[in-house]
Amino acid sequence: MASTEGQQHPLGIYFQIWILLFVLSAASYMVDYMAFQGYLRWSLIIVFMMLKAGLIVSVFMHMLWERQALVYAIIVPPLLLLVFVGIGTLEGDYTFLTREIFYGGAE
Amino acid sequence: MTQSAQATMAETAPLLDGTPGVFADWASDQRTFKNTPWGKAMMWIFLLSDTFIFSCFLISYGTVRMSTTIPWPNPSEVFALTVAGNHVPLLLIAIMTFVLITSSGTMALAVNYGYRKNKMVTFWLLLATALLGAMFVGMQAFEWTKLIVDEGVRPWANPMGAPQFGGIFFMVTGFHGTHVSIGVLFLAIMAVKVVRGKLDREEPGFMTGRKQDYGMVEIMGLYWHFVDLVWVFIFAVFYLW
Repeated sequence: MASTEGQQHPLGIYFQIWILLFVLSAASYMVDYMAFQGYLRWSLIIVFMMLKAGLIVSVFMHMLWERQALVYAIIVPPLLLLVFVGIGTLEGDYTFLTREIFYGGAE
Repeated sequence: MTQSAQATMAETAPLLDGTPGVFADWASDQRTFKNTPWGKAMMWIFLLSDTFIFSCFLISYGTVRMSTTIPWPNPSEVFALTVAGNHVPLLLIAIMTFVLITSSGTMALAVNYGYRKNKMVTFWLLLATALLGAMFVGMQAFEWTKLIVDEGVRPWANPMGAPQFGGIFFMVTGFHGTHVSIGVLFLAIMAVKVVRGKLDREEPGFMTGRKQDYGMVEIMGLYWHFVDLVWVFIFAVFYLW
């Protein structure tokens, strides 16, 4: 049963994605090397990160060619993490403000 | 109806595509992940749980970094190297990133050549992947040594700024490095299995007694790509931010 279910694709696509990953990695390193700051830096970092993650999952890990029942089972649950990020942000800000108020003079 | 008759029906029933396919697969009262070896589905579910573990680390890192009133050490400076008198920011980390991406490429090719039943090419590609992984761990050991011995970074304190920096750094990169090390070990085991022809002959596995095939290389690949994937996130939010 298992032997008939492998993923077989032309080699070319792997080399293309490989090169793209190199280019994107170089680009994200350049963000640091060029010392971009502020929102430009953060948005570039996030964009390159998501592009690299998407390429790895969809092509190298073959998600593009899996049945959607599996794709949704794996991709949807991590979306909950966005809620977690939101909670963490609220908590982090709150703690920072509290520290500023109560320890602010001690610095 | 006998077991085998049920199995035959399950395998011959036409599969739907798209969204109707999702509902049909999940509602089929049979195995959900059609045309997917169970080992692959289980590896994906393991990786999903691992995603949550690493996310917990990175989200707590974000919370800690936002909440500290002492300035966070600048990673670009902390991880800079001086090469031939030139001060290059974040150089070691950039090299580690390229090493891991290269290993991801060789792994993807190994999976492909495995399904072509090309034993020797698969073996050499798996070996190359394992060596690149070992190189990554080696550079990480160098990085830790430099930070601990030369710069005095500890999990509870460091001379550059916020004391949480060390704790988060050792926790996150340590956990990732452990994943890479385990991956290297399993890549080496898989390479030996391949070169001995155990997958070609579908010999029973040492631990499980199940028939082995080249699908195992793909499952190994899923784990290895995931390790690379986690590094993409660590590189972005810890080193570059």
